[in-house]
Amino acid sequence: MSDITKQSLTELVKNIKDKKLSSTEVAKAFIDRSEKSKELNAYITEDFTSALDKAKKFDQKPNLDLKLPGIPMAVKDLFCTKDVKTTAGSKILNNFVPTYESTVTDNIWREGAILLGKLNCDEFAMGSSNETSFFGNVQNPIDKDLVPGGSSGGSASAVAGQLTPITIGTDTGGSIRQPASFTGTVGLKPTYGSCSRYGIVAFASSLDQAGPMSQNVKDCALLQEVISSYDPKDSTSIDFKRNQYSKELTNNIKGKKIGIPKEYRVDGMPKEIEDLWQKGIEYVKDCGAETIDISLPHTSYALPAYYIVAPAEASSNLARYDGVKYGFRAKGENLIDMYEKTRSEGFGTEVQRRIMIGTYVLSSGYYDAYYLKAQKVRKLIKNDFDEAYKKVDAILTPSTPSSAFKIGEKTNDPVSMYLNDIFTVPVNLAGLPGISIPAGYDSKGYPLGLQIIGKAFDEQSILNIAFAMEEKINFRNKITDWWIK
Amino acid sequence: MSIDLKTIKHISKLSRISVDEKKAEKLVGDLNSIFDFIEKLNELKTDNIEPLTSVAETTLKLRPDEVKSMNIREQIVKNSPQDNEDYFVVPKVIE
Repeated sequence: MSDITKQSLTELVKNIKDKKLSSTEVAKAFIDRSEKSKELNAYITEDFTSALDKAKKFDQKPNLDLKLPGIPMAVKDLFCTKDVKTTAGSKILNNFVPTYESTVTDNIWREGAILLGKLNCDEFAMGSSNETSFFGNVQNPIDKDLVPGGSSGGSASAVAGQLTPITIGTDTGGSIRQPASFTGTVGLKPTYGSCSRYGIVAFASSLDQAGPMSQNVKDCALLQEVISSYDPKDSTSIDFKRNQYSKELTNNIKGKKIGIPKEYRVDGMPKEIEDLWQKGIEYVKDCGAETIDISLPHTSYALPAYYIVAPAEASSNLARYDGVKYGFRAKGENLIDMYEKTRSEGFGTEVQRRIMIGTYVLSSGYYDAYYLKAQKVRKLIKNDFDEAYKKVDAILTPSTPSSAFKIGEKTNDPVSMYLNDIFTVPVNLAGLPGISIPAGYDSKGYPLGLQIIGKAFDEQSILNIAFAMEEKINFRNKITDWWIK
Repeated sequence: MSIDLKTIKHISKLSRISVDEKKAEKLVGDLNSIFDFIEKLNELKTDNIEPLTSVAETTLKLRPDEVKSMNIREQIVKNSPQDNEDYFVVPKVIE
C-alpha cells in the first residue's frame, strides 16, 4: 500500500484492523520518512530500532480490539518515558533516563501504540517558537526557516510533516494550539484535570495540560479518548464521566449557541485574521448554529496575569534541578557554588529569565503586589467565562494574532514573543478546553487557525463544532516536502 | 517601579543562578520591559476579589494512610550525577 504516511490515524487504525496493513509496514514507513526529514530537527531522541521490534512483536500476536493497534507514535519530550531519555528540551536533563512512565503515555501504549521517539520542544515548554530548545530550532514543514510555533514545535512539525500519524503535546499558555495553528494541524488543550500530569516535566502546575495534536478532528477525538483518565497519582486529576469522544463525534451542531467575544478584536490585528474569523462565523451559521456577541471584559489582563502566575510556579517547580538527584552537574568550589553554576550552565536564557521573574514576584514584600494580584485577576477572567457560558455553549476566536514568523524574528524581544499567546492564555487561566483547527491561509500561503473554547469538561461539544466546521472549511495543508532531498 | 542591578543580583542569589555582570545588565533590561507590561494589572481594582488558587473546584480526595514500600532505592539514585550505590553525593559541607 503506497503513501502510508499520508493516511490519517483513523485510516491507519482501520487498515490495520482490516489486516490490509501490518504494524511493521506502518512503522517502517514513518521511520523511513523521519530518517529523510532530519532537517526539520523534529526529534530529540529517535527510538526507531526498538519501535520496529515492538511492531514485529505486535504483528506476531496482534490484538485488534485495541484503539491504537500497532500505531507508531512520537511524543513531545516533556513526557517521561521509562528507559528512554527525557530532556524537556534542556541541557540540565540531557542525560536523564526516567525509571517510570507518565500516565498519559502509559494510556497510549496500553491501547497498542508504539513509541517512535521523543520530539523537540522549547526548554521546559517555555517559548512560542521552539527556539529556546537546547537541541536547536525546529523547521516548520510549511516553509524553510519558518518557526513551527511552540512550545510543542517538534510535535506540530512532526504531524504536519507526516513523521508521525499523530502526537501529544502539552499546553500551559497555548503550547498546543499556537503550533497547531502555525502548521495547519489540529490541537486540543483539554480541561484542566482531564489528563493526568503524572510524569510530565512540570512547568506551571496550575496551568499545564497534555493534549492531542493531529491532522484532523476525528483523530484528535480518538486520541483524547485514550489519554483522558482519572489518576490518583495526580492530586488535581478530576474524576468525571469521560465520553467516548470519537464514537460520539457528530457534525450536527444545529441550535448550538456560539459566542463571539468582542475583546478578541485586538489593536493591530492583521485584516486577514479578522477576515478569517468572519469566515468562521459564516461556517458555524451554515452548520445551523447561532452566533451571539458576547463580552469577556478582562481579556487584555490575561497575558500580564499569566506572566506572573506561570513564572512563579515555574520558579518553584524548577528548584528541583540542583545537580544533586539527577541531570547535569557543574563543578563548584562548595555546595552553593555547585548549585549556582549548575543552574547557570544548565538552564537556557529564557528559562533563567522566567525563574528570575517568578522568584521576584514571590519574594518577601512583593507577593501581595504581584502574585496575589494576579490570582485575583485570574478569578475575574474565570468569572468572565462563567458569565458568558450562561448564554452560549462555546466561544469562537482566532487561535493566534498572526501566522508563523521567521526563525530569529522575535528572539530579542521577549514581550513581542509573549504576545503570540494573547488568545490562548485566558483559556489556561480559566482551566477550560480549547481546540485550534486550520481554517485558511494568509497572503503568504501560511496556515491560520481558529480556536473554539468550551465549557469545563465539555470537550465533546468543541470537538463536534470543530468537526462540523472542518467539513465546511475543507482545509488542505500545502506541504511540498521541501526538506527531502 | 524599576528593577536595578542590585535587585537582579539579589534575585539571582535567591534563584541559585549565578550571573556575571554582562548577563545581569541584560536581565535588567529584559525584566524591566516584562514588568512594564505586567504593571497593566494595576489598572484593575481587586480589593474585594477572592484570589483563584485552583480552577478545579473539587476537594482533594482522601485515601488511607498506608505505607507502600516499593523498594526502588536503586531506581531513585540511578540518575544521580555522581555515582554511589546508596546515597546522593554533594560537595563537602562540613569542615
